[in-house]
Amino acid sequence: MTEEIIIAGFGGQGVLSMGKILAYSGVMQNKEVSWMPSYGPEMRGGTANVTVIISDERISSPILNSYDTAIILNQQSMDKFEKTVKPGGLLIYDPNGLTRFPERKDINIYSIEAADEAARQGLSKIFNMVVLGGFLKLKPLVAPEYIHKGLEKSLPARHHALIPENEKAIEIGKSLLKAVHLVQ
Amino acid sequence: MGELKLMKGNEAVAEAAIRAGCDGYFGYPITPQSEVMEYLMAEKPFERTGMVVLQAESEVAAINMLYGGAGTGKMVMTSSSSPGISLMQEGISYMAGAELPALIVNIVRGGPGLGTIQPSQADYFQAVKGGGHGDYKLLVLAPASVQEMCDHVKLGFDKAYQYRTPVMILSDGAIGQMMEKVVLFDQIPRRTDEEVIAQCPWASNGRPQTRNHNIITSLDLDPAGQERVNLKLQAKYKLMEQHEVLYEEIQCEDAEYLFVAFGLSARICQKAIDLARAKGIKVGLFRPITLFPFPVTEVSNVGNRVKGILVVEMNAGQMIEDVKLSVGCKVKIEHFGRFGGIIPSPDEVVRALEQKIIGG
Repeated sequence: MTEEIIIAGFGGQGVLSMGKILAYSGVMQNKEVSWMPSYGPEMRGGTANVTVIISDERISSPILNSYDTAIILNQQSMDKFEKTVKPGGLLIYDPNGLTRFPERKDINIYSIEAADEAARQGLSKIFNMVVLGGFLKLKPLVAPEYIHKGLEKSLPARHHALIPENEKAIEIGKSLLKAVHLVQ
Repeated sequence: MGELKLMKGNEAVAEAAIRAGCDGYFGYPITPQSEVMEYLMAEKPFERTGMVVLQAESEVAAINMLYGGAGTGKMVMTSSSSPGISLMQEGISYMAGAELPALIVNIVRGGPGLGTIQPSQADYFQAVKGGGHGDYKLLVLAPASVQEMCDHVKLGFDKAYQYRTPVMILSDGAIGQMMEKVVLFDQIPRRTDEEVIAQCPWASNGRPQTRNHNIITSLDLDPAGQERVNLKLQAKYKLMEQHEVLYEEIQCEDAEYLFVAFGLSARICQKAIDLARAKGIKVGLFRPITLFPFPVTEVSNVGNRVKGILVVEMNAGQMIEDVKLSVGCKVKIEHFGRFGGIIPSPDEVVRALEQKIIGG
């Protein structure tokens, strides 16, 4: 099993930390992982993305140009990464703020209204965990107990009291998915 | 098994330095390697092991602090990225001349000049062929993973003392910035003063009545004396060529074609191998781990069994010169590179193999 994922959005949406928690959870479950962020001028332009690979085998290139899954959280990222999903692959997006929606017919597309729901429930700061929940519902690569361990490892000790809230956000995300287009 | 962590390459370098028993780190911030000193400052090894961490006023100051620290036998390191390493070249040449052990980490970014902060491998010539003046070599290690970033720090210090030579880790911005799983080796205690004196009888750290002054210098105005220094250095480099070559062969057994690549490019080539083999192209990878000493015989043995070789580098063609010198002229050898901070994609590499080697 190898899952190649791109997570992309605005800086501040928690894109990099979502990737880190997913990657650390993979480590806890004894998977091979790599986490390759955009950095430098790309980050300063306001967009952030991270390539996360989780695998049972040694990982070759940490940098890819096509992905099994794209998790897309803003318009620029939709424009850049919709076309990079492998045929038959998965695209998850939050429609909040989007003006152009994905059009491909050869991939599975789900929307998740994570930003709105997180705001309603007072969980805006961990909106990224809502999105992660949606992804894990569709691709349960890592078992919940390892997500817990991944959160423990990724978050500084002073934030460990917030782990239950993060896990709640993940659960909320699992119920928010809407299928937009499914490959037959 | 040691402690398992998810770390950036830069962080792994810093943690490995603490655990290797390093006595001092001197550096100046520059992207994409700033996490090395950031990690050290946050981790406070001065409280953990007594290791000194100092932000110098410039790269020139940092490398000369390294010269001073190494001259006393202390285990010292610095890290920087390409423009900063250029500033250090005078000091590196002096250290090679004075036979001082130290570790220098270059997290390469695109050049020339200030260039870009994105990853590159364009400092191969500078690292391997002597970026400073005079006939000297550095032992150059090229890690391709976060695990190797950690392991090469330990290995680099070991070899620096074994040969009394500066050692360079030549990595790049992508490996510095990316996180992977790493198994950390256990803490090695810093050496006591007595142990330093015993390990480094040449060091200038206080003269007992029983011996003459130890003088750390690269200056000998007598040409005969300076020639003796050079002969000694060359003999040392010859020993490294005989004993220190490291490399990895991946899927070379049945290969009809061969990629030769180091560091990040080697990782991209591994993915390219999967893509090419899915199309029925039997290609393997030869990855030099030491760039000096270069695996001359080893790459020649594999290279002369295949129909053609593509050297893949994030530069305009540097290591390819060593591959050509090693393999000779009976096999077709071409180069594929992207520059200035662009990372080649795996399918681009496969296309280059098809166009330049198989179809060419």
